[in-house]
Amino acid sequence: MTIGLGHYLAVAAILFTTGILGIFLNRKNIIVILMSIELILLAVNINLVAFSTFLGDIVGQVFALLVLTVAAAEAAIGLAVLVVYFRNRGSIAVEDVNLMKG
Amino acid sequence: MSFSSAGYQLLPVLPELVLAVGAMALLMLGAYRGEGTTRLVTTLAVVLLVVTGALELMLPAGKLTTFGGSFVVDDFARFLKVLAIIGSAATLILSTEFLSDPSRRIFEYSILVLLSTLGMMVLISAADLIMLYLGLELMSLALYVVAASNRDNAKSTEAGLKYFVLGALSSGMLLYGASLIYGFTGTVDFAGIAAAVKSGSVGIVFGIVFLLAGLCFKVSAVPFHMWTPDVYEGAPTPVTAFFASAPKVAALAVFTRVTLTAFPGIVPQWQQILVFVAIASMALGSFAAIGQKNIKRLMAYSSIGHMGFALVGLASGTVEGAQGVLIYIAIYVAMTLGSFAVILTMKRNGQPVEQISDFAGLSRTNPMLAFFFAMLLFSLAGIPPLAGFFAKWYVFVAAIKAGLFTLAVIGVLTSVVGAFYYLTIVKLMYFDEPAGQIEPMRIELRTVLAVAGIFNIFFFVYPGPLVSVATAAAKSLF
Repeated sequence: MTIGLGHYLAVAAILFTTGILGIFLNRKNIIVILMSIELILLAVNINLVAFSTFLGDIVGQVFALLVLTVAAAEAAIGLAVLVVYFRNRGSIAVEDVNLMKG
Repeated sequence: MSFSSAGYQLLPVLPELVLAVGAMALLMLGAYRGEGTTRLVTTLAVVLLVVTGALELMLPAGKLTTFGGSFVVDDFARFLKVLAIIGSAATLILSTEFLSDPSRRIFEYSILVLLSTLGMMVLISAADLIMLYLGLELMSLALYVVAASNRDNAKSTEAGLKYFVLGALSSGMLLYGASLIYGFTGTVDFAGIAAAVKSGSVGIVFGIVFLLAGLCFKVSAVPFHMWTPDVYEGAPTPVTAFFASAPKVAALAVFTRVTLTAFPGIVPQWQQILVFVAIASMALGSFAAIGQKNIKRLMAYSSIGHMGFALVGLASGTVEGAQGVLIYIAIYVAMTLGSFAVILTMKRNGQPVEQISDFAGLSRTNPMLAFFFAMLLFSLAGIPPLAGFFAKWYVFVAAIKAGLFTLAVIGVLTSVVGAFYYLTIVKLMYFDEPAGQIEPMRIELRTVLAVAGIFNIFFFVYPGPLVSVATAAAKSLF
């Protein structure tokens, strides 16, 4: 069996779905949400690199590199916001993020 | 793509370069001179924004592109960039009081607003998916931090956290859509995508759905609006004013540019999505706002509803529609900034008050303030002859011309429902017993309120300039 574009896309789709489900079904910890976000971005990168290879076009790989860079910045900011939040509330459980409702 | 012919001239990005370098210089100033420079940094930031806006207007006329065609400056970009800059500068002016508190002298605030504005400008000018993503992230990453800028306050940090998680999710979806569109068209360039997309294959439609989902998040359109009320309520009020103005301009701009320049060949495919999103946003914005007690939450639902109205124009997919969106967003920014100037004034005993009941009897204690706020609320409700009426007029006319009768009728009906909660506040201010004296209005709030209020009241006298500029801007997309 040769591994074609469809297989890569399937893996990416599975990773993407896992990431989305990780955000919505997770009832425990905000760190898990950050991990899910990383998973989504990785799924996108697999997509981009697979398409880039099969199209014979370098732009997809350039895009993937830029996504990686921005994902690092995003994770840094996410963790910083999380630390500030923890200092105020003393907890990072998802069920405690409930000061505002409506 | 050959790099020698791509033409990397920097003139079209000159305003962005000035803004970026200026923001870095101000960061150095703040970092080396300490907290005492907050006021100076804020003032210089406003000056920098004015300079950037002036440079944008002084660029040669016509369509300029650079970075191999991924960055474009046309009339559309000029109009919206200037609008976003006005929004950001007004927010900085509204923030002076927030920043003067000794416990909150954070000079980084102005710099983050500047960098976010830089992201918006890149976003507005983006002509390929990579530039779009980079601009969006530069804008959003700064906004997450600004939302949590009152870092000793549990609500503010919670708002920052919620905004971050949902914002990151939305950029993930947008990016997934972008990757699919790239894969199925073989290019990231909007013009190239438009040439490649003649019929909506499954892959393309999936890509568009994910891309539009990400963009709906940024303009806070239903069903991706959940973050808006919480973030608006939790973030410090000047930050809420910022969220409701400039980023909405940029997000709506990129929404318009992507749909109209990258997918003009398959209008029916994305039109259905936009019609649904517009109806859902208008309905939710009107009905959910009725039960609100907090004025900032109310403004959040109001902004969801207004984004729905703006998307009505976009759903028609015509030049009139794009023109309607541009006029709508310009008037919306004026109304929102004016309303937030009033909300920021509402303080008793040095403490900001945010409940709607606190506006009771304002007409007796502060007649001028109550008059201007009432005019802004009438305008938000879309009552003629105020500016808000004309905003709605242009988008609905565009929808009717495009044959979207149901959409227009539902829009008019929901705007009647929406009028109810705006008028409730007017009734509170004019017919109820005063809830107590509020503190005198600061000069900078007065200025912003006066400019926004006068624009709203007298727009109908001389609407020509805005309408003709918006028409030229809309035409430059087609």
